[in-house]
Amino acid sequence: MITDVLIIGSGGAGLSAALRAKELGCSVIIATKTLPTNANTCMAQGGFNASKGSDVQAHIEDTLKASRGIGSETMIKTMCEKSSAALDWLLSLGVPFSLDDNGNFANRFMGGGANKRTYYAEDYTGLKILQTLHDECLKNDILFKANHYLLNLIVDEEGKEVNGATFLDTVMGEVVEIRAKSVIIATGGYSGVYHGFTTNGFGSSGDGIAAVIRAGGVASDLEFVQFHPTALKKSSILISEAARGEGGYLVNSLGKRFVDELLSRDEVSRAVVKEINEGREVFLDVRHLGGKKLAHLLPQEIKLCKIHENLDMANDLIPIKSAVHYTMGGIEVDQKLQASGIKGCFAVGECSNAHIHGANRLGGNSLLEIISMGLIAGENATEYKSKSQLKENSQLSKDRAFINDVYNTFTNQINFYEKREFLGKILYHNASVIRNDMGLKGVLVALRQMQKEFTFMGISDKSLEHNTNLIEFIEFGNTLEVAEMLLVGALHRNESRGAHFREDFKETNDTFKAHSIFWKEDGVLCAEFKDIK
Amino acid sequence: MNITIRRFDKRKEPQSIEMSYPLFEGVTLLENLIKIKTTTDPSLSFNGVCRSGVCGSCAVSVNGKAKLACSYKPSDGDVIEPLAYHEVERDLIVDKTKAHKTLKTSYAHLSSIAILENSSKVTVQSDCILCDSCYSACPVMAVNSDFLGPFALTKVYRYTLQSNENKKAIDAIQTSGVWDCTLCGECTLACPQGIDPKMDIMNLRSISVQNGHSDPNFANMSFGDFGFNNF
Repeated sequence: MITDVLIIGSGGAGLSAALRAKELGCSVIIATKTLPTNANTCMAQGGFNASKGSDVQAHIEDTLKASRGIGSETMIKTMCEKSSAALDWLLSLGVPFSLDDNGNFANRFMGGGANKRTYYAEDYTGLKILQTLHDECLKNDILFKANHYLLNLIVDEEGKEVNGATFLDTVMGEVVEIRAKSVIIATGGYSGVYHGFTTNGFGSSGDGIAAVIRAGGVASDLEFVQFHPTALKKSSILISEAARGEGGYLVNSLGKRFVDELLSRDEVSRAVVKEINEGREVFLDVRHLGGKKLAHLLPQEIKLCKIHENLDMANDLIPIKSAVHYTMGGIEVDQKLQASGIKGCFAVGECSNAHIHGANRLGGNSLLEIISMGLIAGENATEYKSKSQLKENSQLSKDRAFINDVYNTFTNQINFYEKREFLGKILYHNASVIRNDMGLKGVLVALRQMQKEFTFMGISDKSLEHNTNLIEFIEFGNTLEVAEMLLVGALHRNESRGAHFREDFKETNDTFKAHSIFWKEDGVLCAEFKDIK
Repeated sequence: MNITIRRFDKRKEPQSIEMSYPLFEGVTLLENLIKIKTTTDPSLSFNGVCRSGVCGSCAVSVNGKAKLACSYKPSDGDVIEPLAYHEVERDLIVDKTKAHKTLKTSYAHLSSIAILENSSKVTVQSDCILCDSCYSACPVMAVNSDFLGPFALTKVYRYTLQSNENKKAIDAIQTSGVWDCTLCGECTLACPQGIDPKMDIMNLRSISVQNGHSDPNFANMSFGDFGFNNF
């Protein structure tokens, strides 16, 4: 199967890129590991940052400030200057953003923003954007390849150019290839490495990042992980920042407030973790807001507290913890969003590190990034002139052999589900919002042991069709690759910056005002710091 | 305390069996399924992504009613099956291709310029998560598998409101569409997002009439001619 532009991932970034590439006259295929719209984009509640007039400069400055010195002014400027056009584009497609009493589009403040610039569609902003983009893709006859799980990029060794990708077609259980003149990776972040301690959906396993690393590309800044301070204690389900924004308190088991609730996510998260580490439980208290106001402001949250904790927000304290919410690092890309070291391969959205969020992300900038940068990725992939598209390539046979090995030679003596849970736990405790050298080294040792044991793990389900046991196993393999880079980055960054906080190096140290860069040579992970351009 | 899951594997004989599993109380059905898969039977197959009721991937049938597995807490004796009116692929995984094709055949998209002031009229309709609960609750599917079904029609209504014009879609929903609905309201009861497809379909009927269409049931209805035509 051959196409002009192959897009991997069907969240907001992938769909925006697809629509633009199609508009520019390309044939487009979107491959997605489940069904289109089953993406984390649908969970984004807060809103979409868009600035106009003099606020554009303020928006640039706010984003730069949150990036703590490692955001690129050029990329941030591009995104902020295009933010208003990106919002207009969504409106033209019919995304029903909320209106205020005067019939204007409603906006609000988000943490770290100097002005009101976050536009929202009730508390379903991401969902409405995603569903509307999907309808628009159907209208434009964009071809979806659902149930296609990314295995590897097909890269021409001589020209270091991407020619397509291989997938496991999970309906049939077959390894297939899709050839393309250019590829856009939009596979989302890697919060899933913290299994059981993330607000993300299942499958945020960094598949695209791991595939790029295996293909000779580069990843960067993976140690920067944003924690959200208010996730439900048992299930890690997100309780929106709006709960604090509207006046909710955080109290400990002594009934005392212990932090200014309106500080940034990483500061509040650190305070929450400190309380829990010192043996006190932490609760969200919104009882004083009253049932009526809560029903209006936080309808989703009320429902989720009832289902997952069996508690009523109007009358009960809600037990919470901090949980992994967003990953700033990703595939290292240039200003055209082209992956470092792989020509014709673009990366956009949470999987890419376009140097926009730097050491921490501002609320409302993630939906903006996936749409504005998604459109740019679509344009750049369209313009790319491929040189080696149809050359013979052995990737398909290699991947068939690998899947065959998983079925027949991986011994499955070790239950990978237990290891996945264990890895999530130790990462959460030792590579959390408060980190130190000893703790990080401990997890790295355990992780490298798991990498060695990988062929002793495996699958019990030997069916071909819809083998979710197999998919979860390969996802776990990807998390082992990505988590290693995360830990190495966190260990070597002997400073505190943005979301990365080291209790043994509490100050920001400008020796580290640099990007951590990761790549593989002969299967061995290499890392270094690269100065900011 | 047990739940029963209808398993399906087209390569096995018999293809379909019922299996009983111990119930983990106090957690959602999705968490129950995950516990079974990761601790006792890794071959149990199901879908689930967001855990919080917005991705639409985990809908199944519980005691004959469509539910999101991530939002439902199971009780002793519950019978879990794949969604109705979908081809079963494996265990609780169904093929949604046919159901989602209705979005294309009904032109369920914006076909002209969006009228921005109308955004607030489609707040509820635009909350659809494509979980297919309404589709699997619709009894019309049993007699007409080509029926466009509730979610596609709700989307047509949404985009008609947003553009005040949608002729191509309105024409497309005259066959196996708005007039085939029995207005039983099962879709409305099944929707986890509080959408009311029955009301949307009734509104689409009015819009259809305004666009010059008529109720074919009414047109074909025999009022009895006492058989005189036979003469």
